[in-house]
Amino acid sequence: MTENILLNTVDEKLKAKFGDAIISSEQSYDFPVFVIKREKIFDVVKFLKEDSELAFEFLTTLCGLHYPDNKGQELGVMYQLHNLPKNWRIRLKIFFPINDPEVPTLTSLFSSANWQERQEYDFYGIIFKGHPDLKRILNMDEMNYHPMRKEYALEDGTRTDKDDSMFGR
Amino acid sequence: MSEVITKPNIVSAPDGHQQPGFFATSLEKAVGLARKNSIWPLPFATSCCGIEFMALMASHYDLGRFGSERLSFSPRQADLLMVMGTIAKKMGPIVRQVYEQMAEPKWVLSMGACASSGGIFDTYSVLQGIDKIIPVDVYVPGCPPRPEQVIDGIMLIQDMVGKEHFRRRQSPEYKDLMTKYGMENQEK
Repeated sequence: MTENILLNTVDEKLKAKFGDAIISSEQSYDFPVFVIKREKIFDVVKFLKEDSELAFEFLTTLCGLHYPDNKGQELGVMYQLHNLPKNWRIRLKIFFPINDPEVPTLTSLFSSANWQERQEYDFYGIIFKGHPDLKRILNMDEMNYHPMRKEYALEDGTRTDKDDSMFGR
Repeated sequence: MSEVITKPNIVSAPDGHQQPGFFATSLEKAVGLARKNSIWPLPFATSCCGIEFMALMASHYDLGRFGSERLSFSPRQADLLMVMGTIAKKMGPIVRQVYEQMAEPKWVLSMGACASSGGIFDTYSVLQGIDKIIPVDVYVPGCPPRPEQVIDGIMLIQDMVGKEHFRRRQSPEYKDLMTKYGMENQEK
């Protein structure tokens, strides 16, 4: 299978270069997924981008993760990289504790990371160290919490036209 | 065969005394008649209700028949604020600013479920009805409402405009309403 060839190719290259900074690697449906140590994420992405064979030159997306039951590893960030000429796509994940939500920024590698990292700061409170302009992007500036964290309700408390017993709230 | 209309319909005169050579009515009725048939709406369209509004303004439904041919994109010249679509909390202060920039007398029509109550967007980022920040005269339900419904809403506004008492905007009730929304009454 071509996907597993991709998984093995990237896995070998990463393990040779970074050793135990690569916590796990697995095939999840059509995506190879790598879990990386938080401290090494910048170097790993830089290597994947600049390596002549791998050349993952496009950051498709990045997003925050919150698993409240994963004690000590509650928050995370997922990155999707794309090698456009070969149509190779991989996914990287990092996890870290909620009371220490600091992550290296990728803005010096990908300009598109600027707004995406601001969004994850806005919704999850993840601090991207070295980001040039880390402030809220979608929610109003006066908002005093990070609404996508699981402890906050999705619904608005000021709603008046709903009967709670009928809407299961 | 249907009758061919050769003359446009014009609004009829208000109640009054008519004899050869003069017509007497109250100033309030004459001004109300003029106002209700020349409402300049300010469209504040943020989503799909705005698309229905385009149909409302186009030839098929043609709001121009009700004297609202001319949309005002400047709040200072508008009589009617039409809020159409979801208002996110981040947008709230802008709706309020637009409302405050309008000159008295002014009216507000809230079109659709989102503007009236938040609609399906029962979520932390969406204002749960514009009446949380500005007073609303007419609510048009629907998701989105058909243009006929909006015409019905506009006709209700016209009725309110035509019957509005001259001194309503100086009344204590109106001042209380403005105070409730934390706004100052512009009329002295």
